[in-house]
Amino acid sequence: MKTKTNLFEAIIHGIFLILGLITVGCVLLISVYLIISGIPAIREIGLLDFLFGDTWASTASEPKYGILPFILTSIYGTAGAIILGVPVGFLTAVYLAKFAPIQVKNVMEQAVGLLAGIPSVVYGLVGMIVLVPGIRELFDIPDGAGLLAAIIVLAVMILPSIIKMSITALEAVPKEYEDASLALGATPEETYFRVSVPAAKSGIAAAVVLGVGRAIGEAMAVMMVAGNVPNMPDSLFQSVRFLTTAVASEMSYSSGLQRQALFSIALVLFLFIMLINAALNFFLKGERNK
Amino acid sequence: MKRMISAVMAIALMLALVGCGNSAQTTPTTAAPATQAPATNAPATEAPETEAAAELSGTVSTDGSTSMEAVIGALGEAFMEANPDVNFTYNPTGSGSGIQAVQEGRCDIGLSSRALKDEEKEAGLTETVLCYDGIAVIVNPANTVEDLTVEQIAGIYTGEITNWSEVGGEDAEIVVIGREAGSGTRSGFEEITGTEDACQYRQELTSTGDVITAVSQNPGAIGYASLASVKDTVKAVKVDGVAPSEDTVKDESYKIQRPFVLATQTGVELNPVAQAFFDYITSADANEIIVAAGVVPAN
Amino acid sequence: MISNRRKMFLWTVRGAMYLAAVLTGALTLFIMGYVLLKGIPNVTWELLSTKPSYLSGNIGILPDILNTVYIVIAALAIVLPLGVGAAVYLTEYASSKKIVAVIEYAAEALSGIPSIIYGLVGMLMFSNSFGTCLMSGALTLVIMNLPTIMRSTQESLKTVPQAYREGAFGLGAGKWRVIRTVVLPQCLDGVLTGCILSVGRILGESAALLFTAGFAHALNGFFEGLSSAGATLTVALYVYAKEQGEFEVAFAIAAILMILSFIINLAAVMVTKYFQRRNAV
Repeated sequence: MKTKTNLFEAIIHGIFLILGLITVGCVLLISVYLIISGIPAIREIGLLDFLFGDTWASTASEPKYGILPFILTSIYGTAGAIILGVPVGFLTAVYLAKFAPIQVKNVMEQAVGLLAGIPSVVYGLVGMIVLVPGIRELFDIPDGAGLLAAIIVLAVMILPSIIKMSITALEAVPKEYEDASLALGATPEETYFRVSVPAAKSGIAAAVVLGVGRAIGEAMAVMMVAGNVPNMPDSLFQSVRFLTTAVASEMSYSSGLQRQALFSIALVLFLFIMLINAALNFFLKGERNK
Repeated sequence: MKRMISAVMAIALMLALVGCGNSAQTTPTTAAPATQAPATNAPATEAPETEAAAELSGTVSTDGSTSMEAVIGALGEAFMEANPDVNFTYNPTGSGSGIQAVQEGRCDIGLSSRALKDEEKEAGLTETVLCYDGIAVIVNPANTVEDLTVEQIAGIYTGEITNWSEVGGEDAEIVVIGREAGSGTRSGFEEITGTEDACQYRQELTSTGDVITAVSQNPGAIGYASLASVKDTVKAVKVDGVAPSEDTVKDESYKIQRPFVLATQTGVELNPVAQAFFDYITSADANEIIVAAGVVPAN
Repeated sequence: MISNRRKMFLWTVRGAMYLAAVLTGALTLFIMGYVLLKGIPNVTWELLSTKPSYLSGNIGILPDILNTVYIVIAALAIVLPLGVGAAVYLTEYASSKKIVAVIEYAAEALSGIPSIIYGLVGMLMFSNSFGTCLMSGALTLVIMNLPTIMRSTQESLKTVPQAYREGAFGLGAGKWRVIRTVVLPQCLDGVLTGCILSVGRILGESAALLFTAGFAHALNGFFEGLSSAGATLTVALYVYAKEQGEFEVAFAIAAILMILSFIINLAAVMVTKYFQRRNAV
């Protein structure tokens, strides 16, 4: 009787263990698939030529597969989106978390949540119809599609996650800290910016890293506004191609080595994301251990 | 609306509880729909039962060129209307992946908006030309240029001509817009204008719709798109004095045109339904629909 | 009382803060207003209730609505047992801290992977064996949403008081029985919230589905639908906007999606509130 129950419990335990390990299995599976399909092209092209080649001409009669323009564009684009999006998102979050009347806070939080739910294609579409002609006229250049348009779209797209995570971090700051500061005669602005914000800094850092991850991984919206030519990103108005859009734009028509090279780009992107995840994990751990 | 959502949630919840209640059941719930999938990959196995009744039933799957959407979609719909038990599917994934899909047996007929390359034919594919499509060179409606020669177009795309005033227009920089590498429209256009590997694009967009939108939003832009999809938000220019139309594509006086090709596996028999579809669309019966879709029938 | 330097600081941060908040508010308002204004006039009963026809030139999104419902049901049906099971393992069984850390890290990694990569891997893993069909798309979505379900269930399992479990153990119940009768009923709110979040994510997904589920607009029943290629609403939006330049339809779908996502967000808030109130009693 006893052993039968034990056996039963052991089986149940085993089943749950397997369910628990499925996430790990998925990550491994994804990594293995990407590595297996990404390595052959890198070996054929050569790692250095692939990563640091500055020309991408995948369908030319003498194809060239250098993805440096894509890597740089992704880095610049993400950095730009962070520079524009983080201050706005962070300041909005401080306002909503500490200053705003409760109704304003509720409405804004709902609205920002809605912003996060809009499919990225819609951002691309609005960007194409409103932003790109706007940039063209504002700066008086022949065409508005390019790095700047992409940066603005990305900055808007990462706003919701930055605001949401910063608010969570700010609200987790113990009330005693703030009360103490206020009691000592500091103004609310001084209290929240000099006490609460430093106390929530790892949470806010995590918000920024999350924003980096979102920006570097976005494909559909960027594809419609960045111009999509594999140029080196040497000006804000240059028509450029990101790592994600490089994969997305040629995937459907590709064949042979070109297709394999696209999988290699995906592998590079995946490595970037894994690095960012590690950073995110580091900051979140800091938050938890506090 | 709310009631529907709550109904959906109730269903989801029930499933959740089933899952929670007995983990062993998770395997059947996942397996049941999954086993449905492979069935369609082998439509031939379903066909024989009903074949005796001379009624066609089963699935024809096509995959490939996005430019062929209008024509193949209309043909598929007409075919399904005539044979109600037939399921026709079309995946607009692009010429390259359509060709790959038929090679790997993932679809019955691959659709390509360019002629097959020799290496693709060697790899075991046969091409059948379905129809011809004109590639319209489009500009913003505000542009005063009406007529360009093929040489001028080539000059614009290779970056030798950079201002509209050089080809009789206003003094404005030309914004060169095209399609992504591998697109059937792009390779067709570059081949005819002799600009392969030499084009200096400002924007490489991934679909016909994007090119039309971008050109319609920018007074200095030039682009190219399948004649069948050109809308009145943009203006198609004459090429060497010939306006693109079905007639000028048909008599070949309009130079920039390309074939729409059906790719099938060489020496492999199509399943009966796919064969019937293939016969139908390459017959004269289908011409009316092909013309209505804005392209010129080959047969 | 307050020195000039402090006043400067005060006004600078206050100004910057209001500026940022107004900018965010204006942006949100603009995007929502733009989409709704362009979309709502084009939402007609005909659009919602018909299927598209190349022969007559009609555009209808009924098949896309159904496909969305099918893919949501299929994905949730698979991901729920997996995600809830994983959460139960983490909170009830796992004794080694290392395993917990590894699983949680994996879940975090999964939620950070961009959808374009899911699309590629889903194409390699599922579409190459099942074909391009809704089921392949649903399986891809399962992996994407696993962390969401797992985490929200886990959060609510953590709030189940340890005393409940101990009480049940004290009465001689086996572990599985405790989980089934005491722990799982308590995690309903987490599961529900997870479901709502997942539905929201599935509704907005395009890149991962383009390569796995395809974009046909055929009107199908549930099982037939799962085994054939089909577009969800968002994918249909992508196709209409990009391939066909049908902006009226694209904005109509965008408006519908926005209203849906509003309802979903509201539902998530309501569920949380409802259970908070119940647990507080």
